Amino acid sequence: MEALIADKDEITWFLACRVEDVPADGGACVLLNGHQIAIYNFARRGEWYATDNECPHRQQMALSRGMIGSQGDEPKVACPFHKKTFSLRSGQCLNDESYQITTFPVKVTDGMVYIGLE
Amino acid sequence: MNTGNMQRVVVIGNGMVGYKFCEKLVAKQKNGQRFSLTVFGEEPRVAYDRVHLSAYFADKTADELTLAPESWYAENGIQLYLTDPVVDIDRERREVRSHHGLVVPYDYLVLATGSGAFVPPVAGVEKDGVFVYRTIEDLDLIQSYARRARKGAVMGGGLLGLEAAKALLDLGLEEAHIIEFAPRLMPRQIDDAGSGVLQRQLESLGLTIHLSKNTQQITGEDTIRGIQFADGSILDVDMLIISAGIRPRDELAKASGLDTHPRGGILVDNFLQTSDPTVFAIGECAVAHHMIYGLVAPGYDMAEVVAARLMGEEKEFKPYDMSTKLKLIGTDVGSFGDPFISEPTGRTITYENKAKGIYKRINITPDGKTLLGGILVGDAEQYHMLLQTCKNKTVLPPNPEDLILGSRGGEATSAGGVMGLPDDALICSCEALTKAQLCHEIGENGHTSIDALKKATKACTGCGGCTPLVKDLIQGVLKQQGHYIRNVLCEHLDYTRQELLDLVKINHLKTFDEVLDKFGQGDGCEVCKPAVASLLASLWNENILEQGRATIQDSNDRFLANIQKGGTYSVVPRIPGGEITPDKLIVIGQVAKKYGLYTKITGGQRIDLFGAHVGDLPLIWEELINAGFESGHAYGKSLRTVKSCVGNTWCRFGVQDSVSFAIEVEDRYKGVRSPHKLKSGVSGCIRECAEAQSKDFGIIATEKGWNLYVGGNGGSKPQHAQLLASDVDKETCIRYIDRFLMFYIKTADPLTRTATWLNKMEGGMTYLKAVVVDDVLGIGADLEREMQLLVDTFKCEWKEVVDNPELRKRFTHFVNVPELKDPTVEFATLRDQKRAKEWK
Repeated sequence: MEALIADKDEITWFLACRVEDVPADGGACVLLNGHQIAIYNFARRGEWYATDNECPHRQQMALSRGMIGSQGDEPKVACPFHKKTFSLRSGQCLNDESYQITTFPVKVTDGMVYIGLE
Repeated sequence: MNTGNMQRVVVIGNGMVGYKFCEKLVAKQKNGQRFSLTVFGEEPRVAYDRVHLSAYFADKTADELTLAPESWYAENGIQLYLTDPVVDIDRERREVRSHHGLVVPYDYLVLATGSGAFVPPVAGVEKDGVFVYRTIEDLDLIQSYARRARKGAVMGGGLLGLEAAKALLDLGLEEAHIIEFAPRLMPRQIDDAGSGVLQRQLESLGLTIHLSKNTQQITGEDTIRGIQFADGSILDVDMLIISAGIRPRDELAKASGLDTHPRGGILVDNFLQTSDPTVFAIGECAVAHHMIYGLVAPGYDMAEVVAARLMGEEKEFKPYDMSTKLKLIGTDVGSFGDPFISEPTGRTITYENKAKGIYKRINITPDGKTLLGGILVGDAEQYHMLLQTCKNKTVLPPNPEDLILGSRGGEATSAGGVMGLPDDALICSCEALTKAQLCHEIGENGHTSIDALKKATKACTGCGGCTPLVKDLIQGVLKQQGHYIRNVLCEHLDYTRQELLDLVKINHLKTFDEVLDKFGQGDGCEVCKPAVASLLASLWNENILEQGRATIQDSNDRFLANIQKGGTYSVVPRIPGGEITPDKLIVIGQVAKKYGLYTKITGGQRIDLFGAHVGDLPLIWEELINAGFESGHAYGKSLRTVKSCVGNTWCRFGVQDSVSFAIEVEDRYKGVRSPHKLKSGVSGCIRECAEAQSKDFGIIATEKGWNLYVGGNGGSKPQHAQLLASDVDKETCIRYIDRFLMFYIKTADPLTRTATWLNKMEGGMTYLKAVVVDDVLGIGADLEREMQLLVDTFKCEWKEVVDNPELRKRFTHFVNVPELKDPTVEFATLRDQKRAKEWK
């Protein structure tokens, strides 16, 4: 179910899943190019985010199962293992400066969710 | 430094009070210096803490006793001359001349010459082996002499004398005697009865006390051999420390023509001014309000007054409270207000416990309204409270004896305590800090430790006596704030769990979004989401994965399994009471084999299957459910297991059928969501093999029925459960558990176990009993009804998932490749089973 759409600024958009595959205000994991990516349907804000699925703290593939929410205005996800929380915008760990995850652009079109990879 | 247009202040004396004056003046001219400071000290070292001088023998070095290092003086532009006492004051020319011949002019002169030891005119005081106890040099001399001494004595049974006697013990002398002229110890602070108690304490430590002893002469050739008393008796000693009081150092003032008191001391007015308005006297050399203040706190106050007045502030020195509290060789002694007042001007209440070595006395007004003073020996815990009650003329409780005895019977009164004091109550008398000032520093400026407060305010740095009170104050303020912070869920929901539960109930809210829209802000977080999830479940008991509730559950609840190292899950089927048929055991074995799971017996008498991929969970459960199992809720903040011993169906000691009752209890409360997990146990007899007393609620069989215990805990802070009801029948027992659990569910903070909840509950077990057993709140029937609703609406969550394709779909690792398991999951082998791969 992989589809490629070339974008002008060298981002390649990969079809990840259907909108209903990701629970509202929760996350789900997709495998794209052998890479585990967590997609978050931040329904409360009408926003979508995508990050690494791996939490860098203990290298666990778990962020898609984490709880999302906000800290101030910053959207974030909390790893279910030890509650490290990461900004969904920047990927910066919010309660331990030494950790950082990668974030990816998300596009939703016609009920489909696309992730932009370089 | 340009001192041309500055006025010159010369301080004579670098003791505690002299130093404090410098410190105050430096602090006051932070924003513009108006005075230059010159200090002359007689001793070779900079000012040190004389109050804790005895600590020099114990563990402190001279450096540690130093109030401020020599560099401090230089940094603050203070010219300091040590080992160079001033020998002459020329008031006409306004200049002082030091022993070394230094002549320094002054605009203002501050005499802080302190005091010397008073040595009574007894023949032989000049002999070798006779010492005073005043300076570090004195202590050095005593220490080196004590090495060849066997028997020592202290002349003077006052504060300092007892300290010195302790020093003799510490120095390893075989005999240590205290000689007191008065018929009691500490004659200025405590009465005969208090002295009696203190004496017994001191004697038990090896000190010998001689009261009403009038020393006539010190015998020996050049060296002391003994002490001869007026009654003819002789005490053989090798050394003697004289601690018979202080003598103000007023000789310099006298020589320069300043007014002095006939019995010693420089006369000053309320502003600490001597008969020469440019000359002040502070500390133990001064006579203010007709007395010498031989304590550090009033000395510091004097330093403040003079520094303030030099800076143009209005301040005067008021008569000072001479209350004291100290620890003497392990015995607390406190004396406050007027310790001796008695009929008819006051009424006296005393308490004496000879066995424990405790004596307490309070003097109250004849109308019983206010506290006039008192004495504490052996237990001075209430000292600071009493002192403040006395100073602030706080109206006493109806039974003033409660002040020293604690309230007996009934509930403890919540009044009193440091937080009950008025804002202007003086907490640290050395630094004149009020309760309001300290609360401000703690609450507003965030100085929430003793160390931080010391830095910010110098509280506790003088006599240190206020430290316990300051600690209480920190805790009190933190409790006030912390209560607030801890109780409110998070930045999104500004309510306590209990408030929110009521609001959700009244408004009939069923989803997180509804709750957040109505009562919160932002988007929620990993704190408030599971908390709301828990209370929604406690209220409505609807499937936790439906209506958008799945994503507000903690990860374990969301997948109805416990996430383990590596990202796989564990599966725990319910085995009520730990009873299981062979067939069911076989099914567990088969399932474990089929899905490659590691199996282990848990602490709660059931079987845990580890290593399940998220996608396998519905399949595994389908098989388990078909075999008659239900969810064990090992993942939930809810009832885990009810552990049981085998009971009287097999056990020859058992008195009741504990297994049957355990199964009944487990079936009743399974699935009930609560603020934290719940564990229970039922034992068939007093041998308690089910360890019921370590559970949130535990039941132990008796000959007549069942004993119910609540609030127990294993874990990191083990705590025994407390007895709630005894010899009750099953129905009553269940009713009480219903009420207890529901009361807990409705009032506890999130993630608070019953033990912690009970520990924090005001009134504790007494109150809980009143609510649950006596139903004093009249909510018993409601609690039972609410629990019954949860019992009646129980559904096995796993069965619902297994039967619901939509819910089942969520149990997958990759939503775009549902059939693929997480390829990063790895196992290792251990004892013929698998284990999770160690994480990095």
